[in-house]
Order: sequence, then structure tokens, then C-alpha cells
Amino acid sequence: MIKSLGKWVDDRLPISHFWNAHLAKYYVPHNFNFWYYFGSLLLVVFVLQIVTGVWLTMSYKPSAENAFASVEYIMRDVEWGWLIRYLHSTGASFFFIAVYLHIFRGMMYGSYKKPRELIWIFGVLILLVLMAEAFMGYLLPWGQMSYWGAQVIISLFSSVPVIGPDLALWIRGDYVVSDATLNRFFALHVIALPLVLLFLIGGHIMALHEVGSNNPDGVDIKEKKNGHGKPVDGIPFHPYYTVKDLFGLGVFLFFFAFVVFYWPEGGGLFLEHPNFIPADPLKTPEHIAPVWYFAPHYAILRAVPDKFLGVVAMVVAILILFVLPWVDRNRTRSIRYRSTGFKVNLFLFAAAFVGLGYLGTQPATELATWAARFLSVVYFGFFVALFFISRRERTKPVPERLT
Amino acid sequence: MMRLTFFMIVMGLLVAPNAKAAGGGYPLEDAGVDLSDKASLYRGAQTFMDNCASCHSASMMRYGRIAEDLGLSDAQLEQLMPTDLSKPGDVIESNMPAAYAQETFGIVPPDLTLTARARGGDWMYTYLTTFYADPDAAWGVNNAVFPGVGMPHVLAAEQGVKQPVYETHGEGEDAKKVLAGLEAPERPGSMSAEAFEEKMSDVTAFMVYMAEPAALKRHQYGPYVLAFLFIFTLVMYLLKREYWRDIKH
Repeated sequence: MIKSLGKWVDDRLPISHFWNAHLAKYYVPHNFNFWYYFGSLLLVVFVLQIVTGVWLTMSYKPSAENAFASVEYIMRDVEWGWLIRYLHSTGASFFFIAVYLHIFRGMMYGSYKKPRELIWIFGVLILLVLMAEAFMGYLLPWGQMSYWGAQVIISLFSSVPVIGPDLALWIRGDYVVSDATLNRFFALHVIALPLVLLFLIGGHIMALHEVGSNNPDGVDIKEKKNGHGKPVDGIPFHPYYTVKDLFGLGVFLFFFAFVVFYWPEGGGLFLEHPNFIPADPLKTPEHIAPVWYFAPHYAILRAVPDKFLGVVAMVVAILILFVLPWVDRNRTRSIRYRSTGFKVNLFLFAAAFVGLGYLGTQPATELATWAARFLSVVYFGFFVALFFISRRERTKPVPERLT
Repeated sequence: MMRLTFFMIVMGLLVAPNAKAAGGGYPLEDAGVDLSDKASLYRGAQTFMDNCASCHSASMMRYGRIAEDLGLSDAQLEQLMPTDLSKPGDVIESNMPAAYAQETFGIVPPDLTLTARARGGDWMYTYLTTFYADPDAAWGVNNAVFPGVGMPHVLAAEQGVKQPVYETHGEGEDAKKVLAGLEAPERPGSMSAEAFEEKMSDVTAFMVYMAEPAALKRHQYGPYVLAFLFIFTLVMYLLKREYWRDIKH
């Protein structure tokens, strides 16, 4: 009965085709390591944010007068509201932890190279939209840091020549961050940007499944096929990687739950302390720090003496990722077979990113500003150095099969 | 190796201490808050209602929730509520008119529901214990972690008024008088220093609880969730190993 119903549906909807194409008969390399968990984890976190977000929306009030109190209402009077809220706030931070590690994986193993350029471009678009999504979501609790963080970032747009002030006004819908801003950010955070993210993630995965996954060896497994036309070094995603990713998910959720239940403020990084004070347009906090995941970009912004050029540097720091597939002129994908110069360059890039992240959360003293300048040069220097290193790089021979 | 280093740097970033406004740079003292000590929270709640709630509201905290979380009896709950007309669903609301407060103190006393969370428990405790004599200040007292505070030393009768020790930093015109420490009151209060500090520790604990009542729930469910996830992960690991037995790698 159920079987015939299933067949009835399948004759009219390509369910089994989809299952086979993307899971049961989708062949992936068998040598994925630690770094390959984050893709599927990100999908889980995305769904978690959507589900918890829907429930938060049921009790949240997007108005300047009620927003702060409604969040506390969720924390106190809504059954399990505290759990849903912490899952959502912790989810935001873990989203970025996983995204940054996922991007770094792509850089280590050359996952952005031909034929995966489009996957990479979709990925950078996802990063951009995710940052907008997080930024707008951070305004919603309407605490001091929500308010003044938004005030600072939106005012950056006013430094754009000619149209700047009008642009900032257009974004805020008011001369200062206000009820109008909160309402539109709510609309964008809850409907518009999640929809855009959904489409971009769809594109990211479709493009991935078209060309197949890269792997830590950077070897093309489609080159060597067996008698059935299947890659000899490939295994079906399901059941092999479904069970492996479930194990990874367990580890991830353990850390996640630890934060939710024992460390929801993340030492003031996941939930900033001043954000427990309601937004006060008349009182500027003594130190305005962005949430940790924006800190590296914020540090780059502050490092440049000119405000507009600082904004440009901050934006370019993300946009430059788009051209990475063409900046890197070497065909060898994996870091395992690349030169020492490449390895050092990538390590310095990662260290600069982390260092900038630290500086972005600290007050801008003179020493910190100079450190941020130095690290910004290292950050951008990565791309320049890569362009030249990769031209005539002495790489190690890449094996024909996975090791 | 590099992968590991990077991972460690990332983790280091996550736990990096975040600069938290301490105000005045006076060292914070450990409040010794223990949220599992319900008796301490209850004593703190009583102190809060007796000494703080006449001027300060805590407009997001309901009396009934306190009773529920601290396991208070109906009699204890009634004793905690300010009037016979108060209901368990009511929030802690001061009855001082805002206009009067503005006139008398120059400021409406802030709502205290979330103060301990915005400032931290140790700041709260240090604030409560470091009022000191300052003839230049409006109420004759100042505070070590909140210079220029607008609140009088409400517990002066219990603690006495501590005496400041100043140091001069810099020379000539740049010379600045800086608070270096506090000494015992000239005239001791009605409570011993230890008893007073314990009382302040209790009220701090209550304020930390009040800022996040969910903390009690978090600690209640946390172990079960983590235990479940541990077992889930273990089972998944064994399942993965079983499935992967035939894969050469």
C-alpha cells in the first residue's frame, strides 16, 4: 500500500531521481578529513536558524518601544523561550565559526579552482548575504550595542562621495537609527535575506554536485573510473558520508549545547554585555565593539586613516575573495603538493585574519591601530604574493589516485 | 601541524578576554555568587526588597517567578511582596514617582532587572561595598567603581562610611588625585565587615539570578543534554566505523 503510493508519487515527482542524484548515487572522494564536516554542518545551522527564528518571531515585537522588552519576555515568560533564543544567538556565532573554517578549507585545498570557480563565487555571495543577515539581526534586540553598532556601520555609508548622506538616510529611513530602521531590518532579516540565502545555498550545492567534490589531495576522482563508470576512488555519499557527517554533527552539537547551556554570552563575544542595556539614542557607550565575526573587517576599517577609504578597504577585503580563482595561477589544488612559499603565505593570511579579529574587539589605541595596519597589509598582501608565487611555483608531483 | 596551529588560534580568539568597562580602573572583587545556593538567593531577595526596591524597579521580574525558582512557600512569597494587594504575577515596581526622583537625585533610579548582566556580578558586588566619604559629592559619598554616582550610601548605617586613601599621580599642573584604596570607616556600622560583605554577596547573587532566571534552567537541563549528545555521538561513531569497514583509506 505504502509502496504503491510511493510509486504513484514517484511517477509524478522525481523523488527517487533526486535521492540518487544527490545522495545514494552521488560519488564523492573517500578521503575527506576534519575540514570537510563544515559544509553539511552549515546546512544544519542554517535550518536551525530558520526554525528557531520562526519561533522567536511569534513573540518578538519589532518596534523601538517594545523590542527590548519582548526579547526579555521571550527569555522569561515564554515557555522554553530562553532555549530558543540562545539556540538562535549561539547559532549566529557558530554559523560564522563554521563559515570561516569552511572558507579556509577551500583555500587550503584549492577548491576554488577550475572547474569549481562558480561554487566559490556562490560561496562568497553567501558570505556577503550572511553578513548582512547577521548585521540586521543584531539590531533586533535593541540593546545599546545593537543600536550604536548599527549607528556606526550605517553612518559609514555617508562617507561615500556625493550620494553618501542621502544613501545613509535611505538605508535608515530616518536621520538616526530609529523605529523605521528597526522595522525594515526586521523585514529584511526575517524574510528577504533568508530567501536570498536559500537560493544561493541551492546554487552552491547544485554547482557542487554538477562537478563533484574536491578533496584533501586535490585529485580529480572522475579521471579514473571502473567498469560500471563509477570513480574508483569515489564512494556514494549515502550511506558513507551521511553516517560520517552524523558523527561530526554529534561532536559539533556537543560544543554547541555546551555554549547554549553553560556559556551563552561567550565571555561577552556572542552576547555583548552592554546589549543588556536598552538602546538609548542619547547615551553613547564608551567603547563600541562589533560582534566578533565582524571584528576583522572592522579592524581593517579603523586601520585606514581616511573614513571613506577605510570603508573601501573593508568592502574590498571581502570582495577580493571573488577573484581568488584567477589570482591563483597554479593548477595544483591541494596545499599538500604546493610550495613552502604558498604554505607560509596562507598561514600568514589566516594569522592576520585572527589577529585583526582580536584587534577589532579592542579599543583603538595607537599601538593597536599600527598593529591593525600591519596585519591589514598582510591580509591584502596574501593576494598579491599569491599572484606572483603561483606563477612559477615549484610544486610536488600530484598522485594519480587518492593517497 | 599548521592546521592544528590555526585551529588553536581560532579557539584562542574565541576565549580572548573582552575589554569590559570597569569604570575608574578600581580592581573588582570576587562576588562569590553561587546560583545553586537557594538560601543565599532568598536572603538576597529580601535584602533587595527591603533596601533597593523602594527606589529601583525591576520591571521584568515577577514575584511569582522568584517564589517558583527559589522554592518559596506562600507565606515567604507574601512576605516578599510589598503590599497585601500585590499579586504573584506582578513585577517589582518601585512606588517612587519619576518626577520626585528627578528632582531629588537628578536622575530616575535605573531599572535593575538586567544590571548585573550588563555590568557583571563582580562589578555589582564591588559597587555595593565601595561607597566612601567624599565631601565634594552630592550625598557626601562617592563610589570606587562608579565615580560621581548619584545614589546615596543607603546602607551607611550597616556598613559605616569607608575612608578613601588618595595618591597623587603626575606633577605640577598635571597632578591628579587618584583613589588608591579604601580604609575602614571611622565610626563602624551596625554590622561587622564580614557580615556586611556576606549580605552584599547575597544581594549580588539575587541580582545575577534576576538578570537571567533561565540560568537556573540551563544548569538544570544542561547535563542531560550533554549526556545525550555524548551517547549519540558515540553511537554515530560506532555506526560510521561499521559502515566504513569495507572502504580502503
